Amino acid sequence: MTTPLSSIGLVFAAAFVGSFGAVFLKFGAGKLHRDVRTLLLNWRLAAGVGLYLLSSVFYLLGIRQGELTILYPMVSLGYMFTLFWSRLFFGEPFTRNKVCGLGLILLGIVFLGIGRQ
Amino acid sequence: MTAISREHPRSSFRFTHAQSVALVFGCTLLGAAAQILMKSGAGGFSTANLAAIVTNVSLFGGYVLYGISTVLLILALRDGELSLLYPIVSLSYVWVTVLSVMIFQEKLNLYKILGVSTIVIGVAVLGRNGKR
Repeated sequence: MTTPLSSIGLVFAAAFVGSFGAVFLKFGAGKLHRDVRTLLLNWRLAAGVGLYLLSSVFYLLGIRQGELTILYPMVSLGYMFTLFWSRLFFGEPFTRNKVCGLGLILLGIVFLGIGRQ
Repeated sequence: MTAISREHPRSSFRFTHAQSVALVFGCTLLGAAAQILMKSGAGGFSTANLAAIVTNVSLFGGYVLYGISTVLLILALRDGELSLLYPIVSLSYVWVTVLSVMIFQEKLNLYKILGVSTIVIGVAVLGRNGKR
């Protein structure tokens, strides 16, 4: 069984949408206090959960065909988006370790792309 | 950790260092099990049948496990040292690869092994700076 490119595309889309889920969860977590209403009426947290659900729909459509040994590790592309959003929205700097780690992750994804045949 | 909670008895619950490590390790196993269930049930899923998420036993079980592991992971990552926990998080790629070979008879090749190993190291390096 080979893994179709369409499946890889759907998994990448899932990683992209999921990275926004993390951003909203982080925004929402910052609004949490000792009042349960700050959890239940927290639209940012709700948006984060919603984006994770949407991401999972793309992911499920992606893994219908193809191999999990290829598709699951490819979810790690999401780290790339998360690094960019963390800098953009939360001012977290790019460090040498982040850049090196991201480079290795991208290299690993390229290897998986070669190995999907 | 216990000293902190004694000084601030009203502060929210915190995990100790060892508890965070054990919890993250457990999360990788739960997450891997969730992946296997989701893959098993994914065949019954389509844009015309989104309800399969709750009607398909495998998919529903996968979502429940995934949800539990995500919430526990967030709590553990909040309290622990990220440089130690990130390498543990990346173990989930190893579990899913091993389980896919065992359960779905997927074949490994050199590039797959290189790929997943490089990603595991990459995720570990990513977390090396700790909280910053």
